[in-house]
Amino acid sequence: METAAKSASICPAKVSEILAKYSRRPDALVSILHDVQKEAGYLSEEAITEIASGLDIPVSKVYGVATFYTLFSTKPKGQYVIRVCENAPCHVLGAKAIVEALEKELGIPMGGTTSDGKFTLEYTSCLGVCGVAPAIMINEAVYGNLTPERVPLILKEYK
Amino acid sequence: MAMVTIDGRKVEVDAGTTILNAAKKLGIDIPTLCHHPDLAVQAVCRICVVEIEGQKLLQPACAFPVQDGMVVYTNTPRVRQARKVNLELLLARHPQDCLQCVRNRSCELQALAERFGMREIRFEHKLRGLPEDHSTPAIVREPDKCILCRRCVSMCHDVQAAGVLFPSRRGADTVVTPVFGRGLDEVACALCGQCIHACPVGAISERDDTERVWQALADPNKHVVVQTAPATRVSIGEEMGLPPGQIITGKLVAALRRLGFDKVMDTDFTADLTIIEEGNEFLKRLKEGGVLPMITSCSPGWIKFGEHFYPDLLKHISTCKSPQQMFGALVKTYYARKAGIDPKDIFSVSLMPCTAKKYEADRPEMCDSGYKDVDVVLTSRELGRMLREAGIRFEDLPEEEHDDPMGISTGAAAIFGATGGVMEAALRTVYEVATGSELPKIDFEEVRGLKGIKEAQVKVGDLDVRVAVAHGLGNAKKILDLLREGKANYHFIEIMCCPGGCVGGGGQPIPTTMEIRGIRGNALYEADRGLPYRKSHENPAIKQIYAEFLGEPLGEVSHHLLHTHYTPRQKYPSVAKAVCGEAAG
Ligand code: SF4
Ligand code: SF4
Ligand code: SF4
Ligand code: FES
Ligand code: FES
Repeated sequence: METAAKSASICPAKVSEILAKYSRRPDALVSILHDVQKEAGYLSEEAITEIASGLDIPVSKVYGVATFYTLFSTKPKGQYVIRVCENAPCHVLGAKAIVEALEKELGIPMGGTTSDGKFTLEYTSCLGVCGVAPAIMINEAVYGNLTPERVPLILKEYK
Repeated sequence: MAMVTIDGRKVEVDAGTTILNAAKKLGIDIPTLCHHPDLAVQAVCRICVVEIEGQKLLQPACAFPVQDGMVVYTNTPRVRQARKVNLELLLARHPQDCLQCVRNRSCELQALAERFGMREIRFEHKLRGLPEDHSTPAIVREPDKCILCRRCVSMCHDVQAAGVLFPSRRGADTVVTPVFGRGLDEVACALCGQCIHACPVGAISERDDTERVWQALADPNKHVVVQTAPATRVSIGEEMGLPPGQIITGKLVAALRRLGFDKVMDTDFTADLTIIEEGNEFLKRLKEGGVLPMITSCSPGWIKFGEHFYPDLLKHISTCKSPQQMFGALVKTYYARKAGIDPKDIFSVSLMPCTAKKYEADRPEMCDSGYKDVDVVLTSRELGRMLREAGIRFEDLPEEEHDDPMGISTGAAAIFGATGGVMEAALRTVYEVATGSELPKIDFEEVRGLKGIKEAQVKVGDLDVRVAVAHGLGNAKKILDLLREGKANYHFIEIMCCPGGCVGGGGQPIPTTMEIRGIRGNALYEADRGLPYRKSHENPAIKQIYAEFLGEPLGEVSHHLLHTHYTPRQKYPSVAKAVCGEAAG
């Protein structure tokens, strides 16, 4: 069976505050998850359990919703989150080669986080810069017209 | 009312009826997979699609309501083609291990493949390689076989209120799983096995313990004893090809002897014993101002659910062990002594309708005889497998009787297997023990039947005893929540984990639907009517065991062998905790 995440980064008291803000309404689950993620960076097992207990709904359901939406993460993320666009225009213009280059350079598979906690690699949908496809985003910065050769150079700025 | 035309024939049905049910009225059997008659509509598999005149898209018959004047086609080339593609897509990521699968010949997916004449699958065959869950002694999960129909989710949340299984992730990555992908051993699972009845395929099943029983039967140094639970005498027939509701007690005993069991005794005997102990416990609580209402304790799925979700209410639960465990404790003490057999040589098997009983038998406290009281629990389905493997055919069997000294039982014990039965059996005895006079009417109709929560009031001497009966954990939850709020105004509550009671247990033959649960239950009431003794305290074998061994109800020996305690458990799995420095400082 999968093991628990090693560290949890939000205190139950803080989760409780967020729950109170939504009057502990089960129908506000998605907003609550949003707020907790914003606070903690991700949704830890402890946070998910606290939310289930606070809303008095099954914890399996909270986990189900937390894993359903791609904008939520149940794993801690790196300091820099690299998002690779996976939509058609980027795909056609070579996103796959970019992913391979990133995976090779960082030594992690898609969806993973480097062991030093620095980088997380994930897919995202259209970044709205299809004109410069293929494109990626590192935190808030967008990089377009990418080639596999440029990948190490860009990453260097963050290392 | 709505008049609809299906495949050229007209039928009138209530407005809002699904196309599926309207077609059924015309004798048209539209294929389904994610649909289950007792569960919420899922409409995810699209095996049931049909063509509706004036609609561009095919629609799922299981979810689509009819309208007046609607014209439906259930068997056009387009419909057949769409169904086949949907099935092929499912099969492309399915193990297709039918020959080695526990659901071989009882699987709805396999039946569909046969029905559609699937001879080739045009998509690449690719398995997901998801890990199996063998973490509990009761239930096995094989997520690679899961077709994501969500029937188990509806069962576990809506009917059983345990909320264990839920889909996580999305699209092709979806898995139906306990929270955080943990094993069932780490979550608040009752191990009721109702998800097995919900599942159309082999993705959830009981742990198979037949091999351990075969080995014991083949071991000349083992004296192998089997007990037969009340509900199995009206269900094993289904494993042997008979329709539901056949009372096959005598043939079952004969079949077990043919398999090689040295003694075939009866859980019904210890069901009677439970009534004596529990009835006296209830009267004692009444007299001495003990904790009331008292709740019955013979359903181990309910006990585990209670330990997880209502640890604050455990003192309400009768301390009586379940009949299975009473039998186990006695077979290696009372019986061993009487038969002159060293208890270490006794191998005690129980035939149960229940998966939770496998867990119960493994609880560390269930060793009061000095040995493991029940060595192996076999569900009805496992025994069916053994009987078929041995080539035993019911039609050739004579009717035989259970062995002494734990073989005689009453009608009160038989009805233990149906919801309301334990309460009725208890009332028959409590009334007569408390008042010393004979019950004017022995049948308590108010507590029978499949209504979720049943109530009754019975005058016992000067006291109006108020009782309630709940079956299925969702119904139990309603009563327990009232109790927690101090609003459950009862003296005595019966809770059975499984819908319909043990006749609908998670180890019973497949299929087990609400309709079949009802049929099996009625058969138990019929068995009750046909028995010479119908009140537990009139059972001569019970009188004998008190005279020879136990002394008196709630006495020293009973306390040691027949009563138990409960353990508060977590509602949530354990998780890593945040270090909250600021909060502490
Ligand atoms: S689940 Fe059904 S289709 Fe799948 S391998 Fe088992 S019997 Fe065959
Ligand atoms: S055994 Fe019962 S409680 Fe456990 S997952 Fe299945 S339905 Fe839910
Ligand atoms: S485990 Fe069975 S019932 Fe549950 S979703 Fe999968 S196939 Fe359906
Ligand atoms: S498709 Fe990649 S940015 Fe729009
Ligand atoms: S049976 Fe209708 S969509 Fe599955």
